[in-house]
Amino acid sequence: MGQIHILGAGVMGLVMATELAARGHQISISDPAGGPGPGACSWWAGGMLAPECEAESAEEPVARLGAEAAAWWQKHSGCVSYQGTLVLADPRDRADLSRFARLTKGHQTLDEAGISALEPDLAGRFRQGLFFADEAHLAPRAALKALVAGLAARGITITAAPPAKPALTTALTPTLTIDCRGLAARDQLTDLRGVRGEMLLIRCEGVTLSRPVRLLHPRIPLYIVPRGDGVFMLGATMIESDLRGAITLRSMMELMAAAWAIHPGFGEAALIATGADARPAFPDNLPRLIRRGDVLFANGLYRHGFLLSPATARMAAEHIETGAQPEFLHEVSP
Amino acid sequence: MPVFYGTHIESPLMLGTAQYPSPKIMAEAFRTSKAGIATVSLRREQRSGQDFRALIAALSVHILPNTAGCHSVKEAVTTAHMARELFQTDWIKLEVIGNSDTLQPDVFALVEAAQILCAEGFRVFPYTTEDLGVCERLVQAGCEVLMPWGAPIGSGRGLMNPYGLRMLRAHFPDQVLVVDAGIGLPSHAAAAMELGYDAVLLNTAVAKAGDPVAMAGAMALAVQAGQLAARAIPMEPRDMAAPSTPVLGQGLLA
Repeated sequence: MGQIHILGAGVMGLVMATELAARGHQISISDPAGGPGPGACSWWAGGMLAPECEAESAEEPVARLGAEAAAWWQKHSGCVSYQGTLVLADPRDRADLSRFARLTKGHQTLDEAGISALEPDLAGRFRQGLFFADEAHLAPRAALKALVAGLAARGITITAAPPAKPALTTALTPTLTIDCRGLAARDQLTDLRGVRGEMLLIRCEGVTLSRPVRLLHPRIPLYIVPRGDGVFMLGATMIESDLRGAITLRSMMELMAAAWAIHPGFGEAALIATGADARPAFPDNLPRLIRRGDVLFANGLYRHGFLLSPATARMAAEHIETGAQPEFLHEVSP
Repeated sequence: MPVFYGTHIESPLMLGTAQYPSPKIMAEAFRTSKAGIATVSLRREQRSGQDFRALIAALSVHILPNTAGCHSVKEAVTTAHMARELFQTDWIKLEVIGNSDTLQPDVFALVEAAQILCAEGFRVFPYTTEDLGVCERLVQAGCEVLMPWGAPIGSGRGLMNPYGLRMLRAHFPDQVLVVDAGIGLPSHAAAAMELGYDAVLLNTAVAKAGDPVAMAGAMALAVQAGQLAARAIPMEPRDMAAPSTPVLGQGLLA
């Protein structure tokens, strides 16, 4: 097998590089930004590895293939927290909680005492919740940096530009390019669209949470993910727009109000950063591998970048190694 | 089948385009239900939602842009102008929010915005309460279509005031009437059509169902059943049971 070059060092590019390198492929990787950073939407991700919760709104492959994610990330980044997910709703939104329970598996119903046993700071605040014990989470930026370090340890560094095409084909010429550029690949993939997401990073000394908490609401669903050291990520909006500009006041107020509803102590938090970007998605909101000659596109991970990139990279590797036609492979042309 | 401002629509079912698990599932819901009109919001997406708008255009149904999320006359009028430009249509579902929690319409601002937009040549579909006085004002403003709520948006509670909706139908025999919002189940949609309404507009009941495509099909059947029932002139409920076979003499046969 010849050289493989990967375009893009967001979550898909780095996971692809790590998976292929671990399988013994000769790979190189480039990104105009030189590495993961604010230009990649995965920089702003929640980092929830919550395949069962996602089944509430996602199609069947998300839960099944997302189940691979936690073990992959633990093996390659070592920074996974296995604390499960807590799903809560205000008493007047309990219909949303029963709907969520009906559409998902792998949860147990908690009463007030059960909730406070898991998260003592939420004692007395919610009467009913769902606990997904098998789910996990990670800190996205730390995880991406760990993959960069892992690649560096194999002698692979991220270059700013892809290798120039030599006039004559040599043994060192890339035989395959894997395009993991996310929304930037719209120049080649016409049915890729952007779905805007907005998030906040806050520091709050007064409230401690051990695991991601989702607050159900008919219009403003929120999740809050503890990053450690009193830092929390609040997310995320879903707007059918590819606008990548700064967060709007409305989104910010809604996220903050929902955090306040989880615990008024978040009212004293310091707002340390806001983020907004557009997630790449195909019309079915599922990832696709698209083979066109010597280019393989891996794209459309939507809101499931950390959850589905390991399965997508595995399928790409199987396709490269055996010519297999894995389920995310959508189109093959010579 | 309903006629909105001179345009014949093949189905009395109108569907919203928000909150589906994916655009693909949304498209399947439209195909399965054969809904004739798709409502689309603009307030949050603004001009940058062009990719999603292209997916909606690909549904090949009539597009009814809305002013969802607008809280004032000015916002609603500005959004209507943007909608006309982006969708090349003078149809506008006029929605002015009076309460951000319940999303109840602000009927005063609604009437004012309807007057402005009708005067500018828009074909206005106002989302209103079932208040007769408000509906009168909307008709005076130039609205040929009225869209009273069944219940608050997203509540899924069905027709909270069937008497008020029936009265509107009797009072406005020539207006096109649509029950908009509050539909949770096919039986609610059928009930609206049984009252003689011309169409039903819903979104959450389909988009947030466990199987949106199956629910879209169920809604289409319910709307059709209700429409057939209304045309068939249903029997009137009565206080006494009315046996269809004479009881006289039955004792002799026992």
